[in-house]
Amino acid sequence: MSATADDIARPAQPQPASGLARERWHAACRSPTLIAGLLILAFWIVCALFGAGITPRDPYADDLLATLSPPSAAHWFGTDQLGRDIFSRVIVGARDILIVAPLATLLGTVLGTALGLCIGYFRGVLDDVVSRIIEALQALPLVIVALMALAAVGTSNATVVVVIGFVFTPLIARTVRSAVLNETDLEYVAAARLRGDGTLAILFIEILPNVLPIAIVEMTVRLGYAIFFVASLSFIGFGIQPPSADWGIAIAENYSLIGSYWWTVLFDAAATASLVIGVNLVTDGLAGVFDT
Amino acid sequence: MIARFLARRALLSLVTLGILSVIVFLGGQLLPGDVGRAVLGPLADARAVALFNHQVGVDRPLAVQYWDWITHFSRGDMGRSFTFRAPVAPFIGQALVNSLKLAGLASALRVGQWSDRALVLLGQSLGVVPEFISSIVLILVFGVWLHWLPMSADWPEGAGPLTQLRYLILPSLPLVLVFFGYIARVARAGTVEALDADYTRTAILKGLPMSTVMRRHVLRNALLPTITVVASLLGYLAGGLVVIETLFHYRGIGALIYSAARAKDFPMLEAGVLTVGAVYAIASVLADLLSAVLNPRLRAARA
Repeated sequence: MSATADDIARPAQPQPASGLARERWHAACRSPTLIAGLLILAFWIVCALFGAGITPRDPYADDLLATLSPPSAAHWFGTDQLGRDIFSRVIVGARDILIVAPLATLLGTVLGTALGLCIGYFRGVLDDVVSRIIEALQALPLVIVALMALAAVGTSNATVVVVIGFVFTPLIARTVRSAVLNETDLEYVAAARLRGDGTLAILFIEILPNVLPIAIVEMTVRLGYAIFFVASLSFIGFGIQPPSADWGIAIAENYSLIGSYWWTVLFDAAATASLVIGVNLVTDGLAGVFDT
Repeated sequence: MIARFLARRALLSLVTLGILSVIVFLGGQLLPGDVGRAVLGPLADARAVALFNHQVGVDRPLAVQYWDWITHFSRGDMGRSFTFRAPVAPFIGQALVNSLKLAGLASALRVGQWSDRALVLLGQSLGVVPEFISSIVLILVFGVWLHWLPMSADWPEGAGPLTQLRYLILPSLPLVLVFFGYIARVARAGTVEALDADYTRTAILKGLPMSTVMRRHVLRNALLPTITVVASLLGYLAGGLVVIETLFHYRGIGALIYSAARAKDFPMLEAGVLTVGAVYAIASVLADLLSAVLNPRLRAARA
């Protein structure tokens, strides 16, 4: 009995999968959007990895004789209120946001995928209750939910990761849930059930690989939002905390000087914008590749 | 048919609001652990903390607290602010009015720009950038370099509506940019679909003038998804308001929520957050009403 069910379930699968993967790889190599996005992202990842090792000056050393000096050959992006080299700080500033945002996204994706698998597979009361709560949470902007939670539990890099992860969980769960709903009626799931596989095995070995591409695309979309949020939260003081050279903090610190010392905010703003746009280019590119 | 549909939707929003109120309440009362400790700080005397907790009533059972809070809330009594030692409701009311002015201007600026291709592209790439980044650029260009517009939304006391409007243009632009791209995309998709639809072809083949086809067949159907999206973005707008209002020193609901979060003023925070949820719920019911009026299928069902 179980052998015949195996025969129904197993063949046919590997062959088209690898062909599809090769096709997607070719599509990825031809997508200018994806490549441009990856280049921008790679640049900031290199900055985050090497940090102070590749900056022309010490990003944390102040120089009280050269405060607020405009961009020059010595200081390409000028200096801030304490005379610190802004060019070096912009490079180092990539680090914290590139740790916090991806970790938060990963946490949200793992929790959301697990939750989505469960409510999509079991449906019933669990699905109804969770879907209602998700809907209620969607009535609130994520920034406000995060603000409230962070005010209550206190702000640190760890709490920011956890709060954004939890805020993303229902959103990712909803996407995964609808993908799971399409899968549960297919023959391979029925075959696994007939074979006598356990529920956990069906969920994570049979269904998960088939909804994973959707979860991954959703994850890259969420990564863009996560960077958006972490930057915004840091700017209003509820994200990454000083003494980090984070861009959002730098903009908040120097914002009142914008009238006379534009270079203290413009380059950090441009860095944030380029990172967000880079991630979104990757997202758009990936979505295009997975559509083919 | 329409009445029943709307009644159902209104009821559903009430359920959603109910669940939301529980989440908000738990977020404000349960997450901080010891409210008195969170508000008074780690150095405060244990007796002072206990006294504070007793005074604001957080030493009672959770269910009692929630019931007390929500029954007062539904009667318009939103509790007393920890920081101002005064009722929360007037603060929320004034802030909400201010924010609606800002949101209203942002929406007005957007109307009529839907179809422009170049703007759609611009909107799409700028729409992914956080509001405070686009604000900085706009402030630099229009405030600092060109001196066209005031850099803060804090207009002088007793300013007329036109002056107020001038002070609000710069803060509203970043909001427009962020959700402009999104709405433009939805509106375009809706239009393309409606132009392609069988009923449009039938109308053209029937020999109706093109302007009539556009107005009565295409526009009505193309607007439907847009209306739904605009309503759902209203909630999103409030999130943008937190950042924008802080940046431009504007006393709206976003800035109120922000300062309440800073000061750990939980009654103010809960009231502000739940108000944003209520505004969103009302907006989505209104959007449903508008869709029902515009949607030929629902109208036909009524007749």
